[in-house]
Amino acid sequence: MAEKKGLLKRLAEGQIWTSIFRGGGVPQSRRQRMMVVLNSVFLHLHPVRLPKHAVKLKFTWCMGGLSFFLFLIETISGILLMFYYRPTIEYAYPDIIDLAEQVPFGIMREVHRWGAHAMVITVWLHMFRVFMTGSYKPPREFNWSIGVILLLLTLLLSFTGYLLPWDQLAIWAITVGSNMARATPFLGHEGPGAALLAIGDINFVTVASDVRFALIGGRFLGEATLLRFYVLHCIGLPFIIMIFMSVHFWRIRKDGGISTPV
Amino acid sequence: MEGFKHLIDSLTKPTILVTFTFIIFFFLFPPSDWFDKWHRRLRFNALWGKKALLIINVLLVAFFIFGLGDPDFRAIVLKPDNVPISGLIFLVFFFTWLSMNQAYKNDELVEAGKPVDEHYDAPNDKVLVWPDLVYVEFICLILFSAFMMVWSIGLAAPLEEPANPSESPNPSKAPWYFLGLQEMLVYFDPWMAGVVLPSLIIVGLMAIPYMDNNPEGSGYYSYKDRKLSIAMFMFGWLVLWVLLIVIGTFLRGPNWNFFGPFEYWDSHKLEALTNVNLSEFIYVKLFNTGLPGNILLREIWGLLIILGYFMILPPLLAKTWLKDMYLKMGVARYSVFIVLIITALTLPIKMYLRWMFNLKYIIAIPEYFFNF
Repeated sequence: MAEKKGLLKRLAEGQIWTSIFRGGGVPQSRRQRMMVVLNSVFLHLHPVRLPKHAVKLKFTWCMGGLSFFLFLIETISGILLMFYYRPTIEYAYPDIIDLAEQVPFGIMREVHRWGAHAMVITVWLHMFRVFMTGSYKPPREFNWSIGVILLLLTLLLSFTGYLLPWDQLAIWAITVGSNMARATPFLGHEGPGAALLAIGDINFVTVASDVRFALIGGRFLGEATLLRFYVLHCIGLPFIIMIFMSVHFWRIRKDGGISTPV
Repeated sequence: MEGFKHLIDSLTKPTILVTFTFIIFFFLFPPSDWFDKWHRRLRFNALWGKKALLIINVLLVAFFIFGLGDPDFRAIVLKPDNVPISGLIFLVFFFTWLSMNQAYKNDELVEAGKPVDEHYDAPNDKVLVWPDLVYVEFICLILFSAFMMVWSIGLAAPLEEPANPSESPNPSKAPWYFLGLQEMLVYFDPWMAGVVLPSLIIVGLMAIPYMDNNPEGSGYYSYKDRKLSIAMFMFGWLVLWVLLIVIGTFLRGPNWNFFGPFEYWDSHKLEALTNVNLSEFIYVKLFNTGLPGNILLREIWGLLIILGYFMILPPLLAKTWLKDMYLKMGVARYSVFIVLIITALTLPIKMYLRWMFNLKYIIAIPEYFFNF
């Protein structure tokens, strides 16, 4: 006589479940547990098996994973924020006020902002952990460099987002930051060497053509700056960071997974 | 009470705080055997034991609780965007401790001829991702999400007055993770502090694996076999990165003047400072003449010093003090490494020149926006 199956088990072996999760059933044997990872597009970021120290929090600190998780949180909360926010000088600030006061469950901006701060910190700590375990040594040198670029992109994402509320905190922080671009060697109009890029009396690098002008879309912070930062923050930089993230994760696997003592 | 606050205020003056950090730092993270000897003699290695973790955390928490009773301290620490930095202080200490603790344990294991903690016997010691890793990730994710929700409900994101280009706040601060750069602006022109040095930080970080050709210590926490590289990374990360951010956040007030953590941010605080350039030192103070009209003649001394610093010092070091390192690294690695290091060292050098001699620029050619 066949043994009586529980509801969960019957579900797991039913047509719907087995069609969604390839293989189906509750993974119990070693082989089935390996197949779970291999058969899932999300889980197969992981290897099937890994060294035992790789699952210990005291070794990994989980900071790389948390950075990625925070990127997802930022993406989701950011998409929700985009429903309510219009990047114009006229509307940006009132939209932020509305977001807090009119929108039900209005903590999306908090999640987004604190998540951004947290992401900067987790990325730094991830870098610190990787350094302290010597995990940047061959064959992982290049992946470390990719990681540094990801750190830079994280900071730039945070920086471009800082302007969007269009309050005093935002514009003056960005003013401090973008004023430095004036002084870029050769490319900023107050930078060393900029005067050399001239033919006769005609300067090529002026206040209306230098790198700061390109960054903020004008001679002063204004409408164009807000739009530029908005597009960079929502589309441009996420697009770039996703490319580098893919390479970063792919290289972790290709370079032999988590680092181990030789 | 007030006496203690005054003591803290004066101890956190950048001159004292930074000097103290510089002096003690390499005894905490010894880069060579000599420092290591003193590190152990001074019993600093006890810092990475469990007892020290407890004591320091209790002291840190006590300091914050005590500080929150003070209105000036409260105003700066509880500013919404500064809350993550208070958290950062605890996190950085905890994770530094955690890594050093494991590194010292592994060093002892290696010394005793035993395998390190992370040692594994491939392929027998492997575990399955499902369920061993997946559930760790899942729990982390849930706990962290809960933490983010509590943080977001408990603390509103900052929103100040609507933007007003005609009214600049005093001080205007960059976002906190760039405050290290803003701090450098005190000592360098924007082209250095805002453009060249940040680029070099990124390039230097990317170059670490190519400069460090020591094969030891890959894949496990360790200290002994990688003293120099860890000590230098720690210096860059803890001092030039985290400490500068903490100073920029908590200790810089109106007019970018320095204020102790318990000091009132008085925008009328006067810091009588007349900074002079090297050329003025030499021609005006030393020779008692006016500055020469010719730019090259005027700045020749500064140019010579800088040229010597960047062109003569590296080969000189390679021949003498850093001979072993030069031989181990080879020309290309050594050149990149030494240029990055002596460029980073210009920051503390310029800090001290400013504090001791009020020196503004070594080379000052404002005509071409070239000041160093």
